[in-house]
Amino acid sequence: MQSTEYLRVSSLHAFYGESHVLHGMDFTVRRGECVSLLGRNGAGRTTTLRAIMGLTGKRTGSIMINGREAVNLAPHKIAQLGVGYCPEERGIYSSLTCEENLMLPPKVGSGGMSVEELYEMFPNLKERRHSQGTKMSGGEQQMLAMARILRTGARLLLLDEISEGLAPVIVQKLAEIIQTLKQRGYTIVLVEQNFRFAAPLADRMFIVEHGQVVAEIAQHELQEKQAFLQETLGV
Amino acid sequence: MIEIFGVPLPSLMGQLTLGLVNGSFYAVLSLGLAVIFGMLHIINFCHGACYMLGALFTWMAMEYFGLGYWWALLLVPLSVAAIGIVLERLLLQRLYKLDYLYALLLTFGIALMIEGGFRYLFGATGKPYSIPDELTGALDLGFMFLPKYRAWVIGASLTVCLFTWYMIEKTRLGAYLRAATENPKLTQAFGINVPVMVMLTYGFGVGLAGLAGVLAAPTTQVSPLMGSNMIILVFAVVVIGGMGSILGSVITGLGLGVVEGLTKVFYPEASAVIVFVIMAIVLWLRPAGLFGKGA
Repeated sequence: MQSTEYLRVSSLHAFYGESHVLHGMDFTVRRGECVSLLGRNGAGRTTTLRAIMGLTGKRTGSIMINGREAVNLAPHKIAQLGVGYCPEERGIYSSLTCEENLMLPPKVGSGGMSVEELYEMFPNLKERRHSQGTKMSGGEQQMLAMARILRTGARLLLLDEISEGLAPVIVQKLAEIIQTLKQRGYTIVLVEQNFRFAAPLADRMFIVEHGQVVAEIAQHELQEKQAFLQETLGV
Repeated sequence: MIEIFGVPLPSLMGQLTLGLVNGSFYAVLSLGLAVIFGMLHIINFCHGACYMLGALFTWMAMEYFGLGYWWALLLVPLSVAAIGIVLERLLLQRLYKLDYLYALLLTFGIALMIEGGFRYLFGATGKPYSIPDELTGALDLGFMFLPKYRAWVIGASLTVCLFTWYMIEKTRLGAYLRAATENPKLTQAFGINVPVMVMLTYGFGVGLAGLAGVLAAPTTQVSPLMGSNMIILVFAVVVIGGMGSILGSVITGLGLGVVEGLTKVFYPEASAVIVFVIMAIVLWLRPAGLFGKGA
C-alpha cells in the first residue's frame, strides 16, 4: 500500500512555545481519500493541520507528504510539495480584493483549476471579484478560501472547520463541492466539529483526544460505533 | 513687480520650489520608512545614515573612481540596498521574534556606527558636489526662473514614489507584499517565500534612502552628519502622516516641505520648528496621524 499513501503522520509532537499540544499523532491518508479529524475543541485537530504546514513552534516526529519528509521544512517549501491549506479563520486578506485573494497563492503543482472553472463552481466570487476581501459575507469568504487553493494545483487539501458558522444552505453547497473534489481525485483532510457534515463525506474518521488519535472509524462502521461516537464527541 | 502679501512673486515661488525639493526628500525617505515598517514592523533608525551613505557614496564615486552623477544614480542606491540586505540577514532577522524595541535599538546603534565611522574617515565638514552639466541652468517659466536641478529632484522623486505605489497596489508582487504584511505566516503557507520578501523589502526601503541621498548630494554639503539632521524631520513627517500608509507618507512629505518653505518667506523665525509644531497639533487631534488607520 506504500505507493498509494499520500500523507503519513507518525508520532508527531508539536509545541506552541512551552506548551506541548500534540502528543504523538499517528494517521495516514491514501491518495484520493477523504478523511476527517473529529474531536472536541482543544483536542489538537487544528494544531495537527498547522503542524503539517509548519505553522506551530517546535515539531518532532515525521510528516511524509507524497514520499517526502516535511517535518523540518519551512512552510513555503511544504506548500510547494502540493499542499493547499484553508485555515479555520479563513485567512481572507482585507488589503486584497476578492480576485487578488483568489490569484494570490502561487502554483504548487500542475492541473489546478482555471479561474473560469472556479467562477463556474463559485458564481458569487465572480460577482464580488472587485470587493475588498473582508467585506464579503462569511459564506463568500469560505468559498474564496476554498477556491484559492484549488487554483494552485495542490493535490492534498487541509480544510479546517469549513462548515463552521455558516447557513445550512451554504454548508450543503460545501458538501457538494467536497463530493466533486473527491471525484476528481483530491486527497482531503477535513477537520470538523460538525459530525453531520463530515460523516457522509469522509471515507475514514480519526477521533482525536489530548493530541493523539484514539480511534479510527471507517465509513461502513459508522452504524455499529454509534454509541462510542456519542460518548466521545457528544453527537 | 507682482507681490503676494508683500512678498515678491519670484521669491515666493523660489521658496515654494525649494520647499517642494525638501518635501521630495521627506517623501522618498518617509516612503522607505513606511514600506519597511509595513513589512518588518520595525522603525528603521538607520534610515538617515543610509541617506547620508547615498550622498557620500555619490561624492566618493566621483572623487575616487571618477564616476559621475548618472552612474552614481544607478549604482549608489543598489549598493546601499546591498548593505541593507547584509544587515538584515546578519542582524535584523534575529530580532523579529523579540519586542520591536530591540530592532529599534539595533538600527539606532548601526546609525551611530556608520556616522561615527565616516566622520572619523572624512571629518564633519561638508564636501561640495556639483550639479551635473545636463541639469545646470534654469528654465524661464515667465513668472519665475526654475533651476533645472530642482525640477529634476521633484520630478524624479515623484516618479519613484508613484512607481513604488503602483508596484505595491497594482501588481502581483505587490499583492504578495500586502498579503505578507497582513498575515505573514499564512502567506508563507501558500508557498510564498516570505523571509526572502522581507529581506528584499528592507533592501528596497534603504535603497530608496540611498537614492534620496544621491539626489540630495548636489543640493547640499555632503557630510557624515547630514543624515541625523534629516532623519529627525522625517520622523516628524512620519508621525504626522501616520505610520505605514504609502500614499500618506508621500503627500505628507511634500506638503510639509511646502509649509516649511512658505514659513521661511512669511515668518522665517518659525521655519525650523514649524514641522514639529504641526506634529504636536496632529498628535493632539489625531494621534494615529493624518492618514493612519486607527490608533
